[in-house]
Amino acid sequence: MENNWYTISVYSENNVGLLNRISGIFLKRHINIEALNVSKSEINSVSKFTIVVHTTEQWVINIVGQIEKQIEVIKAFYHNDDDIIYQESALFKIKSDLLFDEREIQNIIKENNSQIVTVARDFFVISKSGRRDEINKMHEQLEPYGIMQFVHSGRIAVSKAEMRISSLLEEFQHN
Amino acid sequence: METVKEKKTISKTKKAIKISGAEAIIHCLLAEGVDLIYGYPGGAIMPVYDELYKFQDKLTHILTRHEQGATHAAQGYARVSGKVGVALATSGPGATNLVTGLADAQIDSTPMVCITGQVPRHLLGTDAFQETDIVGISTPVTKWNYQITRAEEIPEIVAKAFYIARSGRPGPVLVDITKDAQFEEFDFSYEACVGVRSYNPYPKIDTAKVEAAAALINSAKKPLIVFGQGVILGEAEAQLKALIEKAGIPSAWTILGVAALNSDHPLNVGMVGMHGNYAPNVLTNQCDVLIAIGMRFDDRVTGNLDSYAKQAKIIHFDIDPAEINKNVPTDVAVLGNAKDSLEALLPFVKENEHKAWHTVFKEMYQVEFDTVIEKDIRPTKEKLTMGEVIEQVNLASKNSAVIVSDVGQHQMIACRYAKFNQTKSNITSGGLGTMGFALPAAIGAKMGAMDREVVAIIGDGGYQMTIQELGVIFQHKVPVKIIVLNNDHLGMVRQWQELFFEKRYASTVMVNPDFVKIAEGYHIKSKRVSERSELKSTIEEMLASKEAYFLEVKVEQEDNVFPMIPSGASVSDVRLK
Repeated sequence: MENNWYTISVYSENNVGLLNRISGIFLKRHINIEALNVSKSEINSVSKFTIVVHTTEQWVINIVGQIEKQIEVIKAFYHNDDDIIYQESALFKIKSDLLFDEREIQNIIKENNSQIVTVARDFFVISKSGRRDEINKMHEQLEPYGIMQFVHSGRIAVSKAEMRISSLLEEFQHN
Repeated sequence: METVKEKKTISKTKKAIKISGAEAIIHCLLAEGVDLIYGYPGGAIMPVYDELYKFQDKLTHILTRHEQGATHAAQGYARVSGKVGVALATSGPGATNLVTGLADAQIDSTPMVCITGQVPRHLLGTDAFQETDIVGISTPVTKWNYQITRAEEIPEIVAKAFYIARSGRPGPVLVDITKDAQFEEFDFSYEACVGVRSYNPYPKIDTAKVEAAAALINSAKKPLIVFGQGVILGEAEAQLKALIEKAGIPSAWTILGVAALNSDHPLNVGMVGMHGNYAPNVLTNQCDVLIAIGMRFDDRVTGNLDSYAKQAKIIHFDIDPAEINKNVPTDVAVLGNAKDSLEALLPFVKENEHKAWHTVFKEMYQVEFDTVIEKDIRPTKEKLTMGEVIEQVNLASKNSAVIVSDVGQHQMIACRYAKFNQTKSNITSGGLGTMGFALPAAIGAKMGAMDREVVAIIGDGGYQMTIQELGVIFQHKVPVKIIVLNNDHLGMVRQWQELFFEKRYASTVMVNPDFVKIAEGYHIKSKRVSERSELKSTIEEMLASKEAYFLEVKVEQEDNVFPMIPSGASVSDVRLK
């Protein structure tokens, strides 16, 4: 079976230690987490983990099963890139001189639909949201001019299909 | 009885009383019906021990000689009684010594609650004396774990711990409690846990799946059942027997499933797996429908998955959704507790006999009997065999003993040849293969089934990993019977060296101490046997003893366990020699 990119969405209680429990499932199988984001979800008091992995579908199914088995996990899903709407964010910190000396940089900012977040005496910061390849492209374009700092967030994603967490929680409570 | 009364008064009235966290822990244990715990004191758990002193008429504490012993004793207790085993330890090394037992209980689905003391909250993260991150360490080997830092959390968390440990697919839970939370006073009231929002331990049985399973079973010409511990944990022994008899299906067991069906049942066709019986292994690759009940297709059961039961339709009954399609793709999966699933299945299953198919099993059993079994249990060679010792235990106990085995050759022999006439009788470390398991587990098993004979079968290697627990047998007068099958080798590793490492016997010879003298040092009745003529009478004497008894049997040093599926081979390539 071939490796593919999968996005795993995990709905869970917000408890200390759960991240360790979930990451341990990947560690045990020697599978690297490529990106990880933890945030609130659409349901009050329910957290959402968004995890990106590059592996086989068979392993993703196994991992999702093991994640769901954790007591504080309500439900886990996995998706191909086609099944979700997703975004990642990046910040580029660049020397201020370049903004004025290198006209090309302004073009890069425009062409990539990115924004200047702040301009200081010594540096300015560009923010870019989009798909991973878009961010990578922008990184490649800026790299020759010198990037002082760069950071790229984990993926956030919503599925095209319904996830039905609220009704699932109700079902659990009735059981 | 007192514990039941306690439970009622505390949980019913819900009247708050001001007590310390440590005392609250005791009340929680009593409310959960616990009357026996295993453990080892130390600094960070001392407030709880102080309360144990006050409650010793209601709650017996057994002082093991090592915290690992406490976990295995709790496991042995849980496995024979079906109740949750409890172990108590201090922080730091006390806690880390629990890890092997937790991992063992996790992989063998044993309900256990471990309570550890922790350094006071203000010292967390300061590398304080005996501080260790036991919650972090135990995460991959627990079903759930939690650190309590305030006394008021104790009732809810302990209740949740017991609920999680025993419900669904059981497993170990660890609760870590800071020392200040043990001292802190709060208004105590107890309510048993009846559910956790995000946890669904009993999946609803899907009738359509049950009917699909029944249809496959009814259409089968050569069906084979393989059952595991899920039958015992789900208390589905009667339903399993009813299914087997109604549908006339030959039934094989995994090492942990064994006692769910009486050994002498005519449709019991023996053990599957690496050292299992010839017929069920070979015929796994000839059956047309394989019905797996409460088992998880462990690699020691399946051998090479690429050639495992490829010709068969697979039906899998299991309570754990993560087990479905994990190793073997199924045609029909029925999620749920084994008892409820089989009960739902039975009315749809048609009566059948499959006589010709049985004959195939019988013929293959005869082949195995002639080449392997007879030589094992009725040997004619000079040296004693492990198999004949087990056979004598069967005869002397009339198949009624609880057999607790360690890990290695003697374990395979014990599981192959021990006979059982009741459930919850074979206690062994199946998944983790923990050497040193048997002696403390036998102590727990005896205390969990005082009316039953408990015989530990241990190799000379594993025995010395937890030999200090003889102190518990002596101090607490636990009438457990111990047989060490001594071949002065780490026999299973030696067997692999002989077969797969060109007889390079690296570090498998053991120069052993005088085991009889060691047992005598603990004032345990003991004897050594190396002659066949003494074996039967000594085992009878051992079983007749009202107190603990240690028996060392000197067996052939270079025997190998057969049948054997070499690692990576197919079940149908099982070797008889």
